[in-house]
Amino acid sequence: MNTASVTRDTFFAPTLGKRIAMIGVLVYVVYAAATLGLSLERVEKGIGYGARFLAGFFPPSFTETDILPGLLESLQIAFLSSLFGTVLAVPIAVLAARNLMPTWVTWIARLIIIFCRSFHPVIIAIIAVKAVGFGAAAGIIALTFASVGFVGKLLSEAIEEISLKQIEAVRATGASFMNVIAFGVIPQVMNRFIGFVAYETDSNLRNSTMVGVVGAGGIGGTLFSAFQRFDYSFVAGIIICIIALVMIGEVLQIYVKRVFR
Amino acid sequence: MSTLSIKHLVKEYVPGKPVLKDISLDIEGRGITAIIGPSGTGKSTLIRCINRLINPTSGEMIFEGQDLAKLSGQPLREARRRIGMVFQEYNLVERLTVMENVLSGRLGYMGAWDAWRRNFKDSDIQKAFALLTRVGLADFANRRADELSGGQRQRVGIARAVMQSPGLLLADEPTSSLDPKTSVEIMEVMRDLAAENDIPVMINIHQVDLGKRYAQRVIGMSGGLVVYDGAPSGMDDEILKKIYGGESWLAT
Repeated sequence: MNTASVTRDTFFAPTLGKRIAMIGVLVYVVYAAATLGLSLERVEKGIGYGARFLAGFFPPSFTETDILPGLLESLQIAFLSSLFGTVLAVPIAVLAARNLMPTWVTWIARLIIIFCRSFHPVIIAIIAVKAVGFGAAAGIIALTFASVGFVGKLLSEAIEEISLKQIEAVRATGASFMNVIAFGVIPQVMNRFIGFVAYETDSNLRNSTMVGVVGAGGIGGTLFSAFQRFDYSFVAGIIICIIALVMIGEVLQIYVKRVFR
Repeated sequence: MSTLSIKHLVKEYVPGKPVLKDISLDIEGRGITAIIGPSGTGKSTLIRCINRLINPTSGEMIFEGQDLAKLSGQPLREARRRIGMVFQEYNLVERLTVMENVLSGRLGYMGAWDAWRRNFKDSDIQKAFALLTRVGLADFANRRADELSGGQRQRVGIARAVMQSPGLLLADEPTSSLDPKTSVEIMEVMRDLAAENDIPVMINIHQVDLGKRYAQRVIGMSGGLVVYDGAPSGMDDEILKKIYGGESWLAT
């Protein structure tokens, strides 16, 4: 092949496979929209409903006294489930790290993590409500499961990326396994771990406002019953409070990260 | 009695293809023993077999009355405490402070609960600080290890190894990542600290001149075998040709 015969198509020719894939995606979008009845007419009608619904939000009402207890309960659910989830996730993540553990151990730990990640928190909340009854305990169980899955997966991946040279040096001093963890592994993953936990707490705060919809405690229950009463101005008040709570959590998260780093 | 007695050591990473073919060596008393030889001849493997970062295939390594090759679990960790190691790329824990890195030489003597809480004995902390002063890094005690230059890191690496109170110091190409001047400084720190603490040193080295300058004994390895074992002064061009092969690389 001489230089003159080299053209754009030599290196960037579109492949048949790529073209088929793109046409396939396009066809599926049209098919999915058609079978679900997603026509322009339907969208127009929906926007009309939506506008009337949103008009019902004004003025937002904060007068009811059950916003604050509900919000506080959500906060407690978020905090406790993050704590329990993290405490459980750390040993599971160490056991799941393929560079520290024999393969059969990592598979057991990995199965636990996969199991925790398989279900949306709301699905686990529905099961937990059946198991332990209505209230915050069910919410804590649901979000703890989610936290174990999330922190466990990310932390075990972080551990698998650490430098083995540093581990080797600590092992060479005669350190026990736990001491290797303390001086070789933890310093290398601590920064990322704090990030994971902060993100997890943040996401639990958001999810804790939702598990109440299925009766697992927190502000979600109040929100759901307001919806069912068509009390949209109260719904708006609750939503504004949730937004405020999540924003406060965001600010706190930045502050906590700064303290620990 | 010799400090370390290696008998018929063999290491095969792939069965039937030994990297170390029947190595027998006695390391006695104190001073520096330099191991030279071409890359891939098993120098690193030999050093790493001794503290069992690599498991040998067969052979004996008698150190302080025990066969290192047969140890595992707690007895192996206790034996490792008595063998310090200095690495080519320093292998400091980068996110720990210099002080924590030196003190990690005591981890083999501590329980997990104390190690997690950094509950070091005052005598250990004083010894660590004295060692840091000795290698000229007392002012860096609270700095993070990744802020240091290569030469400074290797000084910390040496201090960490000496902190173990070892009966033997292993060094795996400790100067290969350093410039010539720093390499000499590191060799001097290692020689002096080993002499002051009565620790025999086994060192892999690529720079033949450095090896000859600081070692009392030179071991030449080639193809997984010891082909020279004697005084540095006995290393002439003939021996070097035997170790490295060819002669075009030798300065005329």
